[in-house]
Amino acid sequence: MVAARETVECVARTGVDQYRYGFETLIESDKAPKGLSEDTVRFISAKKSEPGWMLEWRLQAYRCWLTMTEPTWARVHYPNIDYQDIYYYAAPKPKKPLSSIDEIDPEILKTYEKLGIPLREVAILEGVEPAPGGEPSANRKIAIDAVFDSVSVATTFKAELKKAGVIFMPISEAIREYPDLVQKYLGTVVPISDNFFARLNSAVFSDGSFVYVPPGVRCPMELSTYFRINERNTGQFERTLIIADKGSHVSYLEGCTAPQRDENQLHAAVVELVALDDAEIKYSTVQNWYPGNSEGKGGIYNFVTKRGDCRGKHSKISWTQVETGSAITWKYPSCILRGDNSRGEFYSIAISNGFQQVDSGTKMFHLGKNTSSRVISKGIAAGKSRNTYRGLVSANRNAAGARNHTICDSLLIGDKCGAHTVPYVEAKNSSATFEHEATTSKISEDVLFYCIQRGMSQEEAVSLVVNGFIKEVLQKLPMEFAVEAQKLISISLEGSAG
Amino acid sequence: MPLLEIRNLHVCVEGREILHGLDLTVNAGKVHAIMGPNGSGKSTLSHVITGKPGYQITAGRILFKGEDLLAMGPDQRAAKGLFLAFQYPVEIPGVTTMNFLRTALNAQRKARGQSGYSTPHFLKKARTVAKQLNIPQSMLKRGVNVGFSGGEKKRNEILQMALFEPDLCILDEIDSGLDIDALRIVADGINAMRSPDRSIIMITHYQRLLNYVVPDVVHVMSRGRVVKSGDKQLALELEASGYAQFEDAA
Repeated sequence: MVAARETVECVARTGVDQYRYGFETLIESDKAPKGLSEDTVRFISAKKSEPGWMLEWRLQAYRCWLTMTEPTWARVHYPNIDYQDIYYYAAPKPKKPLSSIDEIDPEILKTYEKLGIPLREVAILEGVEPAPGGEPSANRKIAIDAVFDSVSVATTFKAELKKAGVIFMPISEAIREYPDLVQKYLGTVVPISDNFFARLNSAVFSDGSFVYVPPGVRCPMELSTYFRINERNTGQFERTLIIADKGSHVSYLEGCTAPQRDENQLHAAVVELVALDDAEIKYSTVQNWYPGNSEGKGGIYNFVTKRGDCRGKHSKISWTQVETGSAITWKYPSCILRGDNSRGEFYSIAISNGFQQVDSGTKMFHLGKNTSSRVISKGIAAGKSRNTYRGLVSANRNAAGARNHTICDSLLIGDKCGAHTVPYVEAKNSSATFEHEATTSKISEDVLFYCIQRGMSQEEAVSLVVNGFIKEVLQKLPMEFAVEAQKLISISLEGSAG
Repeated sequence: MPLLEIRNLHVCVEGREILHGLDLTVNAGKVHAIMGPNGSGKSTLSHVITGKPGYQITAGRILFKGEDLLAMGPDQRAAKGLFLAFQYPVEIPGVTTMNFLRTALNAQRKARGQSGYSTPHFLKKARTVAKQLNIPQSMLKRGVNVGFSGGEKKRNEILQMALFEPDLCILDEIDSGLDIDALRIVADGINAMRSPDRSIIMITHYQRLLNYVVPDVVHVMSRGRVVKSGDKQLALELEASGYAQFEDAA
């Protein structure tokens, strides 16, 4: 994306040069030739030793992608992306095939240590209060599948999960080991003919996580993936597929960081969730991709398609996201409420500072009877950023008794940022009840002065007010994540007031 | 040494001078009342002393405990023992009163080089003070001033004052919007704060408050200056004859 470097204009300084995760790991990597063609797709598929059906699927997606142009309806502006100027695959070069976690390149392990991610098996946070409705457990554990550029380098806690019958592994392995499951569900929520970026992902995705929770099983620990973009000019295209079979329950955490770079990096992920009868999936994201520097240079372009299918009766899918990073965010985690009495939830905190542009929201498709959904979106714009909530709530003709309640609040810090709300509501069934509440407010000088007169610093005051604003959503996050999210939020708002 | 000493203070807002050479001396342990008509500069004075942005100080000085107050940020002034009870306390949704109080108190303590209060220690302290002011525990769990009545908001200001134990309290129209019962509770709270080390400045339009909190000194402000000072008798005279006589004096 050399074009990006040339066209990004220098504008006034703001205080966002505080990206804490900007370091680069020096390891040899195994790259695909630059650019995108059928050969690139074949290269990736071959690298992954994929079966023929997978390659065919990818090629079909690639051909679909060729017929489409980039969407322009979002309220984000960026220089044209040259899709031939990107490396679509980069894997850290293994010295030899790995059989255990100890063989991972120490450089890579060090990177994760800097990120504060425990890759080795550790029981985290002993004696933490269980989430409401969660099972009390003395040792809460998190299993982590770490995606380093394009390859999943280690999956922890594998053995314990296996005992419960839960499959949690890199999707590249699942394609080889569980082809039937993958073939049955892959692309059934986000098909290869979906949007531009989803098509691109389907053609070139390199890795991601695969989760299958068998009927009646409550996954014994939180599952977690940390994504990290390392290689220069590499796009990261993960593909995540989570299936909760009848009556099962799983909570999945996704965290993202990327090193600091001058040029923009493309990230186009696809996440598919399938919940069968009475199953529940809770998917939480803390997104902290590099947002670009104080002049708006560099940063991640984050074009993500996340969709959950409440395929079974009484199923439930819940998205919780904290978005603080990326130069551009284009993301609408959605729920298809197909099963009768199914429920979708979307809880979001989207923070933008500096020159960040966020266009994010959710879509709730009510198809089944008595389906319900709830949306709480809290957008915070600071610096010169643009923050847009875009949401769709629709009720199909058959969706008798559909209910939605949406709360959409925006908070402005300073007078150079902007917040926009674009809700779409479509009810084709007269028994549907949709409620939408929206507010836009500014942290006023009076509120800040009130706090500061009581002895708080400017930053403490902003952080206090912001934390009050997002409290409802923060409470939806798993405990460990809520603490991290709170820290991230204060980092991303540093220097935003005043 | 006086606790607060203001000399020849000139203050502008957006280029227009509001205070024209104000002098004021407050000694430790004294209660001062500042009275005056609307627009005489009373609230501006309280904002300038506490450091609210938006005012340009074009001349004069303010010394607090002998130190140059104007060189300090508003949070530093608070840590030094300066407190303002706001005429219109703001609402902060989602932030419980308890959390707000603790964050503020610990910020002040940190600035003074003291250790922060632990949560249990702080809760105990806050509950005790709240009880003295007849403030229900449930109010401490609600968002700061969110959905509070006028009286509750003013009592919450007094609660903060009692908790922070400042050396100089400025009460900006603490009596406005209070019914007689609420006024009595607030006045009791102020009287309980009187001590030989602490001074209080009450800004008010009305003599009524001064029946409950009897001031040592009364000042009349008009057109950006203190035009007359006296004892509590002055307030009674004002009540009888109004501010008109001072409009000319200014």
